[in-house]
Amino acid sequence: MKVRYAATILVAGLIFFAGYAALFMAPDERTMHLIQRIFYFHVPSWMAMFTALSLAFIANIAYLATRKSKWDSWGVSAVELGVVCCTIGLATGPLWAKPVWGIWWTWDARLTTTFILWLLYIAYLLLRGLLDDPEKKATLSAVFGIFAFLDAPLVYVSNRLWRTQHPQPVILGASGSGLDPVIGKVLLLCVLAVMGVMLLVLIDRYRLEQLRQEFEELRMEYETLNLEPSSIAKERP
Amino acid sequence: MSTARSAAILLAKELRSEFRTRELLSATIVFALVIVVLFSFAFDPTAAESRRYGPGLLWISFLFAGSLMLNPSFARERLNDTMDALRMAPISPFAILSAKMLANFIFMSLVEVVLVPVFSVLYNVSLSGVMVPLILVLVLGTIGLTVTGTVFSAISSHARLREVLLPLLLLPILTPLLIAAVEATASLLVEQPALDRTWVALLAGFDIVFLTASWLLCDYLIEE
Repeated sequence: MKVRYAATILVAGLIFFAGYAALFMAPDERTMHLIQRIFYFHVPSWMAMFTALSLAFIANIAYLATRKSKWDSWGVSAVELGVVCCTIGLATGPLWAKPVWGIWWTWDARLTTTFILWLLYIAYLLLRGLLDDPEKKATLSAVFGIFAFLDAPLVYVSNRLWRTQHPQPVILGASGSGLDPVIGKVLLLCVLAVMGVMLLVLIDRYRLEQLRQEFEELRMEYETLNLEPSSIAKERP
Repeated sequence: MSTARSAAILLAKELRSEFRTRELLSATIVFALVIVVLFSFAFDPTAAESRRYGPGLLWISFLFAGSLMLNPSFARERLNDTMDALRMAPISPFAILSAKMLANFIFMSLVEVVLVPVFSVLYNVSLSGVMVPLILVLVLGTIGLTVTGTVFSAISSHARLREVLLPLLLLPILTPLLIAAVEATASLLVEQPALDRTWVALLAGFDIVFLTASWLLCDYLIEE
């Protein structure tokens, strides 16, 4: 428990410092000025999304291989987190694009891919909601999760061949790209802070899922004992 | 019994049960026709615009019709608990899945055989001279549609609201297939038709990726 408090305080400090650094320490961008600073949260949220969805893919495979419910819990927690990060990315993107490109949205390869990913993983969450049997829910959603993850590179390639407008990657991009050293450090700080927040949320979400499953099992035990849950509730004063 | 032989027997059973009534097939063909007709009211295209938007319209109607048609593929096995009988039979799960995929491929191809000539007449798009490459694109696109569609039909058959769920699961996954199929078809409908190899390669890639994935994961789809 102490480790948890320490980690929370550390991450909270990190995210406040990252916010300060992104707003006041990073140098002004030559053409985009203030609006460019959204980049310090836009990019880390994408990185967190790809990390979360890759974790979900690993958890889906691990569930099918082992049939241990903990992998199902990791899978659904990571997908939920991935959808949240994706929503942040999809919301901060247009805020930047309107003043810089002059439009809110364009059907560019990266934008389209993430939008489709967002739809696919929302479908994953909907599917889980509509499957009643816990084991079917875990197995079938894992299969769907694997299909969705396999689709991502295909969506990207097809859109890349189609048309693209998004700024080219500045990190590990083509020659001539690259970041100002201060911008690079601030970005690294933001990535660490956002990843830290996401990791803490992921662990909490995983615990919640485990508790939910435990509760479901207990409720089913009650029902097999012919005790209606409603009658138990009525007995309470 | 080999997987191929049991799949062939199951395929014959799928075809027999459909051609006894032809309900699903006729409903799907009419649905696809309705989309093609509504499109002309919604956009009122000229001859040039028809060539420009035609491939998109054609594939959108196939995808929508497919997402409706694939629904009963597994759902109707639940009606008389025939899925349990199939599961108990000493055959591999991939035989069950591939028989359904092949049956759906045949049904979808029949829908296309009716729809493509009607589309060509209604929108005044000449298809003579490009039939062979067009059939190649249609076959590759239909394989992708029916492979993923049959797998997702198995998934959604266990869920509540399965009729609504299947298109939700299926249509986003098919985005790369839609783009590739539309672009490949469009390359055949221009003044100087030349099949765009890149898009055909992407279609083939889509088919291979998802066919392999369904082969690897079919045990989990069929099990009780």
